[in-house]
Amino acid sequence: MNKVVVQIKRFFSRLIVIFQRLFSILETPLRKIFGHKLAIPLLVLTAVIVQNIISTPNFFDISIKNGLLSGYIPSIMDEAGELLIITLGMTLVIAVSGGVDLSVGPIMAIAASFCGLLLNGSEYRTDVFQNPYILALFIGLLAGVLCGAFNGIMVSYLKIQPMIATLILFTAGRSIAKLITHGQTIYIMNPVYKYLGVQIPGVPIRTTILISLLFVILVTLLVKLTSLGLYVQSVGINGSAARLVGLNSNAVKFMAFVICGLLAGVAGLVGSSGVGSVNSGELGMSIEMDAILAVALGGNSLSGGKFSIAGSVIGAYTIQAITTTLYAMNVRPDQLNVFKALIIVVIIVASSEIFKERIKRLIRRILSSIPKSSKKTTVVGGCSDEN
Amino acid sequence: MKIKPHTTGDSFPLLKRKRISNTGILLMITILLFFTLYFASTIYFKSSNFAKYSVFFNLLNNKAHLLLLALGLTVVLITGSIDISVGSVTGLVSMVIATMLTQEGVDAIWTIPASLAIGIVFGAVQGFLVAYIEIQPFIVTLSGLFFARGMISVINAVSVPISDKTFMSWSGAKVFIPFLYNERKNGTLDIAYLTPASIIAIVVLIILIITLKKTKFGRALYAVGGNPQSALLMGINVRKTKFMAHVLCGLLAGIGGFLFTLLSPSGNPGNGVAYEIDAISSSVIGGVMLSGGVGLPIGTLFGVLINSLIERVVPLLGITEASWPRIITSAFLFIFIVLQSLFIGAGSKKGLKLTLQRWMTNLRHVFSRRKKNQPSS
Amino acid sequence: MNKQTDDIQNPALTMNGIGKSFPGVCALRNVNFNLRRGEIHALMGENGAGKSTLVKVLTGVYSMDCGSVRLDGKSIMIKSPQDAQKQGISTVYQEVNLCPNLTVAENLFLGREPRSMGLIAWRKMNIQATELLRELNISASPTAQLDSCSIAIQQMIAIARAVNTKCKFLILDEPTSSLDADEVRRIFALMRHLKESGVGIIFITHFLEQVYEICDRITVLRNGELVGEYEVRNLSRLELVSKMMGKEIENLSVLSSEKEKVKPADETPIIEAVGLSSGNAKVAPFDLKMYKGEVVGFAGLLGSGRSELVRSIYGADKSVIGKLYVRGKASRIKKPLSAIKKGMAYLPEDRKAEGILSELSVRENIVIALQAKRGMLRRISRKEAEKYADEYIKLLSIKTAGTETPVKSLSGGNQQKVILARWLLTNPEFMILDEPTRGIDVGTKTEIQRLILKLASEGKSIAFISSEMDEMIRTCSRMVVMRDRRKVGELSEENIDQSMIIRTIAGGDGNNE
Repeated sequence: MNKVVVQIKRFFSRLIVIFQRLFSILETPLRKIFGHKLAIPLLVLTAVIVQNIISTPNFFDISIKNGLLSGYIPSIMDEAGELLIITLGMTLVIAVSGGVDLSVGPIMAIAASFCGLLLNGSEYRTDVFQNPYILALFIGLLAGVLCGAFNGIMVSYLKIQPMIATLILFTAGRSIAKLITHGQTIYIMNPVYKYLGVQIPGVPIRTTILISLLFVILVTLLVKLTSLGLYVQSVGINGSAARLVGLNSNAVKFMAFVICGLLAGVAGLVGSSGVGSVNSGELGMSIEMDAILAVALGGNSLSGGKFSIAGSVIGAYTIQAITTTLYAMNVRPDQLNVFKALIIVVIIVASSEIFKERIKRLIRRILSSIPKSSKKTTVVGGCSDEN
Repeated sequence: MKIKPHTTGDSFPLLKRKRISNTGILLMITILLFFTLYFASTIYFKSSNFAKYSVFFNLLNNKAHLLLLALGLTVVLITGSIDISVGSVTGLVSMVIATMLTQEGVDAIWTIPASLAIGIVFGAVQGFLVAYIEIQPFIVTLSGLFFARGMISVINAVSVPISDKTFMSWSGAKVFIPFLYNERKNGTLDIAYLTPASIIAIVVLIILIITLKKTKFGRALYAVGGNPQSALLMGINVRKTKFMAHVLCGLLAGIGGFLFTLLSPSGNPGNGVAYEIDAISSSVIGGVMLSGGVGLPIGTLFGVLINSLIERVVPLLGITEASWPRIITSAFLFIFIVLQSLFIGAGSKKGLKLTLQRWMTNLRHVFSRRKKNQPSS
Repeated sequence: MNKQTDDIQNPALTMNGIGKSFPGVCALRNVNFNLRRGEIHALMGENGAGKSTLVKVLTGVYSMDCGSVRLDGKSIMIKSPQDAQKQGISTVYQEVNLCPNLTVAENLFLGREPRSMGLIAWRKMNIQATELLRELNISASPTAQLDSCSIAIQQMIAIARAVNTKCKFLILDEPTSSLDADEVRRIFALMRHLKESGVGIIFITHFLEQVYEICDRITVLRNGELVGEYEVRNLSRLELVSKMMGKEIENLSVLSSEKEKVKPADETPIIEAVGLSSGNAKVAPFDLKMYKGEVVGFAGLLGSGRSELVRSIYGADKSVIGKLYVRGKASRIKKPLSAIKKGMAYLPEDRKAEGILSELSVRENIVIALQAKRGMLRRISRKEAEKYADEYIKLLSIKTAGTETPVKSLSGGNQQKVILARWLLTNPEFMILDEPTRGIDVGTKTEIQRLILKLASEGKSIAFISSEMDEMIRTCSRMVVMRDRRKVGELSEENIDQSMIIRTIAGGDGNNE
């Protein structure tokens, strides 16, 4: 028996040595590939796409039906529209404060409710706008901005933790929206209302895709053309150092929350337009979870600091691709939350310093315990030290 | 405030001047708020019988489950952590109970250990991630919230009513309180009663009061919330304390779920939605500081009663929309959070005075600048 | 070893030949330290002298590389702070390490509360606490919440807690640094009381007066080595300061000075402070004038208020009291941005916590201050930023792989240069450099000193703080001397020499002003 054990141990120690040699050869190229900040999100997206290609061979097919681009990819991009817009705002909030804005979903509902109320008066359903369309959109967005400002004041000037501050609107928001719509779903039958979320006649691409990409460009420009990006990162990395170089940390935080509120408002209008009605109980339901997940999948740290808009965009599309894939496998939307919750915990645990430290310690312990029986001790020890 | 060296007993000026701490102020505000609201409603809504004993006790009967959830949150908030999964756990427990009784035909007694187990598992996993892996409690428990909510619809996507006889007998039981009754107009007696759920809640409340005040674990919770580094230096196992706080919160959420099912005996995918906010606001209104280290279970009781009262009073005001109570609770939460942030930003009373002074000087400066500018412009 | 002092009384706690090194630094080299029962022993030394390392070795935070610790002649091993406490060695730190939300009694007994039937006996605990407080003559109510007590009382309660754990030796690490004179007196009363009851106390402080008021003996460390152990009555302040600074009064030689002779013209000063003070009493109100083209040094021991003084000019801390004139114009500087806009620059003492934005690139770290000055909408283009970065990387010879390297991967000296570059880019008239040379290699130190002189010759006014006196003497044309949070003197160029500075810092028996 003992001999067998020794044999097995020896076998494993050799295996480990081989792995270590292999790893030392591959280390530099692997580091280069995985070192890039967008590597992980792209990898996950690729994996999801590959899975889709295998299960649905016509994945890449794009055709034009009823004057609209259709196919798997356009439909994923269409469905990801609201999430993408929300994710942009969430990225800024997470980067600047290290906390999240939980209230994006309810803000969507509030914005859409105001818009719907203005367009529809208090009728249950109507074909004619009661107020100018532009005015309604403007008021909807203004509501989003005000909600964002409410969150922003609490976080930056009253120094309340972002998550607790936004928790207030997270729960009260939907009730407020229901109050605006008198607890009913507002149906808006005027075809113009669907321009924003479905299609503008004559344009072969869904408006959602266009609008979401437009906002990606707008936010990217905002971040790159002004120094907002630099400010947000500086405040997120080291608030006191940022103050000493002359930045107004409070104002920067406030601005990030306002932008997030505005974008949530946009997403709300797009979302309600897409279904042609305002249902304050359903609109943007659990989108905050998706947005947080998208930001994390995009390779951004949830504890603030550096951020990448491109990463978040990839993250958002990845989430939607996963969602669509799971729908195709007959998973119901509410059940999806189970998977999403698990994924986010796994991502955060894997990126946490303590977890990495523990794993390293564990591996070291295993490495140091196995080769004791064999003569390869020195080799293994040497290698592990180098790594 | 000079002291002479080697003086005796009379050199303790601080002993006699007992100050009320910030905690005390917050708690007193809450209790005062509750009784003011209650007496105001007694006078204002004469037809609604607020003066009756039974109405008073029904405030608790209607919200026994919420008291459990709020107590759980009180415990984690005291350690400076948070748990926003309790509402979903409540929903999950009620769905599991309903499914067990209706579809599996399990004996009703087994629903009790099942509820407790679900709560403990949630608490333990979340507690481990928060305490030992040091992940932000908000993210962890937000994931817990979505996980539990998702699991509800994995188990059952439709409403499952409970018809089990044993369970329904528990649910419908009433324990009448002797001597506390009012006479109805037709001569019958309207005796105040407590449901079994309320009795369990009160027992748990008493156990928690003793635990927090009189055991090492209870005091460790406060120490960890007050200053974790100091607590560590004073020989307290900070991680274990945080972990245990989360387990306890999970356990209480499990019991809360059970009590909720007693109150409304059916499993429904929408059960327990947003209960976490009711629980958090009850704790916070009851004087628990979100920054940790401060709070009493008895305050939480009053927080819950205020919540229950709001729910009862708002429809009487002629507001029929179901969303108003939640908005009002949230508004209360907002006010209390802002109050707290002023207290914390100030640190202590001295600090508060300093902050006020600073504001005043700033204001004065702004005004003086304006005055200077006026003649020139 | 100081045989003479050893012979007087057998010390209860002895540390022999202690050595401790960290990667790249030797923090302690063959240090001996003795502590008797019933004495108050000051541990003195400047920045990097090894005081805190020695204390950490003694309390089990660090393990020593070599040497031995003996307690009453028996060799002991101290593995952890808890272990140290068990052996009777307790520590009280500068920041109060108690729980502000608990009562005084709980803070005294947390973790070992008196219990009856498994539950905490509050009455008993309060009675015991009252006894303990009375015995130590601390005027606090056991049922009061800790944060309703003053900092001094809190500090005394921390001491009481430490003493109550059957402590034989007490380490007080700057317990008085945030207290006013009256509060310090109370702490001293408590310390004397403990001393009488036979506790040996190690007292670390930056206040010379306090050392002379309460201590029996002094051990001086410098650069990780033992300078000596002295009886307080045998060591004058002057000698103490010179020993801490490493300069012998007897053989002071005037160092060759590289600096140009700048004569401040009779013009309006760039900065003029009248009765300026940070509101929270961290530095007493002071007057100061800074002229074009001069380097003014701020001398004083660590914790003498040097940094607080310059911070109050820059508006780094809130609530500043007093008047400030920038180029003769009264200005109220409430936040750093207004200081920057008035042409100021501030290189903070703590590079990691307040200086670098660690994850951002060298380029971003360099342009951030200029960007803040310009405002958010007038963005410095990438190209322009790269040009600036390249320019300053060359000018200050910053060793970095490129402009895009994260600044955290640079060495300390290069990080410091990046911060200097950041401020030079804003083209300031008045620069505050708080310990720009701390923790960086010798070569870079000289480079930075040269740079300071060059900047002054270009007409900038520079406030320079350094713990190394040589450096200051070499570069400064005027010196402001600080002691115990107070500006105590100003030395003009002809008076700047070591003996003069040391005399002024020491005060008392030195002829200052």
